[in-house]
Amino acid sequence: MLRVESVVKSFGGFKAVDGVNLHVGAGEIVAVIGPNGAGKTTLFHLLTGHLSPDSGRILFKGKEIGGLSPHVICRRGITRSFQVVNIFPRLSVFENVQIAVLSRERKTFRIFSPVKGMAEEEVHRILRSVALFDQRDVESDLLSHGDKKVLEIAVALSGNPELLILDEPTAGMAPEETERCIRLIRKLSEESGLTILFCEHDIALVFEIANRIMVMVRGATVVQGSGEEVRRNSEVQSAYLGESGEC
Amino acid sequence: MRRSAGLLLLLLPLAALVALPHVLPRFHTYVAAIVLLTALLATSLNLAIGYTGLYQFGHAVFYGVGAYGTALMLTRSGMPAPVAFLVGPLAAAALSLVMGLICIRLSKLYFGMLQISLGSLVWAVVYRWYSFTGGDDGIHGIPLPDAIASPKGSYYFTLAVTALCVFAMHRIVRSPFGKVIQGIRDNPVRAAAIGVDVRLHQLASLVIAGFFGGVAGSLFVVVENSVFPDMMFWTFSLEVLIMCLLGGMYTYFGPLVGASLIVLLRVFASVHTQYWGLILGTILTLVIIFLPDGVLGLFARRSLTKEDRGA
Repeated sequence: MLRVESVVKSFGGFKAVDGVNLHVGAGEIVAVIGPNGAGKTTLFHLLTGHLSPDSGRILFKGKEIGGLSPHVICRRGITRSFQVVNIFPRLSVFENVQIAVLSRERKTFRIFSPVKGMAEEEVHRILRSVALFDQRDVESDLLSHGDKKVLEIAVALSGNPELLILDEPTAGMAPEETERCIRLIRKLSEESGLTILFCEHDIALVFEIANRIMVMVRGATVVQGSGEEVRRNSEVQSAYLGESGEC
Repeated sequence: MRRSAGLLLLLLPLAALVALPHVLPRFHTYVAAIVLLTALLATSLNLAIGYTGLYQFGHAVFYGVGAYGTALMLTRSGMPAPVAFLVGPLAAAALSLVMGLICIRLSKLYFGMLQISLGSLVWAVVYRWYSFTGGDDGIHGIPLPDAIASPKGSYYFTLAVTALCVFAMHRIVRSPFGKVIQGIRDNPVRAAAIGVDVRLHQLASLVIAGFFGGVAGSLFVVVENSVFPDMMFWTFSLEVLIMCLLGGMYTYFGPLVGASLIVLLRVFASVHTQYWGLILGTILTLVIIFLPDGVLGLFARRSLTKEDRGA
């Protein structure tokens, strides 16, 4: 579904992403791991059009998407959450999801029909599926950090993506919130067969839910494979897992 | 219950405004008409600045172009008056589109500064082009259709058009488009990531704001019978901006309240002093320190915290 081939992105003289290769098949859950500053977020920005690659290819369903604008890539079927919570803070929980649904349905240029109640059923269904239904009328800025992150996933889901990209979905969450978030990601994958690409610092969590793992160090792909393959890789052990003393 | 209360809150002032020319002397009716069209102007600016989050610092230009468009059509073309009243706002919308296309690539303050510069260019042309725009003399004694030429006629025309436009913009901010521009204001990155073409929506919002600003300008022709270049000078843009700040940028009716307060204050202050700028500056300072959300914003916040306590 998604194929990244030797992509490079540098800022000034610094090569943040330097030869990344990544393959995500339909229905898979793929994790990207790597130490801080390995270029994971930069890679995700390249995939969703927030940055354009200097060289290399990014193919989504066989078509080049590198360098397209974010809104075009979204319409092709990739939506995402951000590392730092990224929602519409002055809008209610309901409205956050609603405008994402309306955007998908290309109704954003309707200027005289009242928005109230539009797409209500679908928005309610999405909010129920992420357990935010009871807070639907709350101004989203007032939500707890964990709920905001979940809301952002809900907003990303409202675009009916084929590929969902999550940049550190559990960052800053309390343990029980993390648990809830993992269950949500699992459920999405199992129930709707959604393809998910995420990055995460919590290694235990990564090995728990990812089908395959890609390891990045200093901007480059070290290895991509199953959890077992990644564990066995000596380069990974010395470069990354070794320093955290796990596995 | 709440809905009917809201309706009453809307209908009462409207009824008062309809009755006003029968109760108040002629000068006050004239002032009320100026208040109305300025309220429309401030509300149109708020569409761009409060709802879309664009630093629209040159809004008076669209007001001026709307006024000049209508005035020139009335004085120099043989076209019927309704055409003139359409040409003004459409010219303002067209200018807004052109300026928007140039400015939209810049963000925040840079957008605002470039808009002031381009607006000043338009002002300079109007100010100097004696043979066409009348230069700094402006255009006076603009002929109007009989129905709206009398003080009462012009007042009711202004009231009707303002009410219609304020209603139309209210519909717009509550439409899908209105929600999306608020989303863009809050978080353009997120908006793009859900598939919204941010610039296109910003541009559309600018054109709508320019159009309604132009309508306000056309109304000025009706009430004042004349136009002059100062009405599109950048200092007046800032005055309209202060109206939005004073009333509350994040409330729909805030700018309307702000415009009323500023216009009334200017009229009655100018009787006693010529230092209007000093008063305006003091108001601005006080608003920034004590009312960062504006007058209506303060009330909105009060009622919000009350509800929170109730819950």
